[in-house]
Amino acid sequence: MDAMNREKLFACITATSFVLDDLRLFLDTHPTDREALDYWERVSRVRNEAVKEYTKCYGPINMYDVEADDRWTWVDEPWPWEGRC
Amino acid sequence: MWSYEKRLQHPVNITQCNPKLAQVIISQYGGPDGEIGASLRYLSQRYTMTNKKCAALLTDIGTEELAHMEMVATIVHQLTKDLTPQEIIDSGFQNYYVDHTLGIWAQAAGGIPFAATCFQSKGDPITDLVEDMAAEQKARTTYDNILRLVHDQEVCDPIKFLRQREIVHFQRFGEALRLIQDDLDCRNFYAFNPAFDKNIMK
Repeated sequence: MDAMNREKLFACITATSFVLDDLRLFLDTHPTDREALDYWERVSRVRNEAVKEYTKCYGPINMYDVEADDRWTWVDEPWPWEGRC
Repeated sequence: MWSYEKRLQHPVNITQCNPKLAQVIISQYGGPDGEIGASLRYLSQRYTMTNKKCAALLTDIGTEELAHMEMVATIVHQLTKDLTPQEIIDSGFQNYYVDHTLGIWAQAAGGIPFAATCFQSKGDPITDLVEDMAAEQKARTTYDNILRLVHDQEVCDPIKFLRQREIVHFQRFGEALRLIQDDLDCRNFYAFNPAFDKNIMK
């Protein structure tokens, strides 16, 4: 159950991040496109929520989100090239 | 500055080793049309862009290329993981192995080391953007060449993703070139360097 939830959350982060990766290139050359700007806002919100939830449950994806209470969790989870998700 | 995210831009999960294929795919890491060259090209060219939107685009595509570099390295790593000496000999991987073991090193498929001579940063926005468009097409052709040799879906999937990005980048660089030209005298775009010969700007 937990592994499934983790996989689903991670897939959501990958998908929404990619939308933003693609959209930012479009916005660089079309900075006033209303539809693209609205899309950016919508997808950003979903992504932020997913990253927050994932970080809380399974550890940080971004180093600035590490909560350094009793352990440096940045080193705990597998690295992306190890073929996890 | 940059900030690393502990994830790939697109998932790579290869379960079958194939060192022969790894030796071909490594060209998109450190080869003449590979992702390292792409990233360094765009990130280097930013400083003399006369248009802010174009500088933004080079920053963002140059950054995405870093993520592609990581994906290609991951593909090569997973294709060569846990090889035995016998598998190394049988697949012809020994020439790479003797110098790098199973490490990732920036080279072309033919063993030629990565060199900055495979890209330009000319200090002329038109010259540079035309090179960038050509570079995306050359990388797309290379991915097409790779895809003809790959039959493993787990390898095909990320390679197809990378190929598609070349096409999107080509489109955006075309738009960037048009933006530069919009700032110039339309009767003669090509006689000057818009970053150096400032007096010819509209």
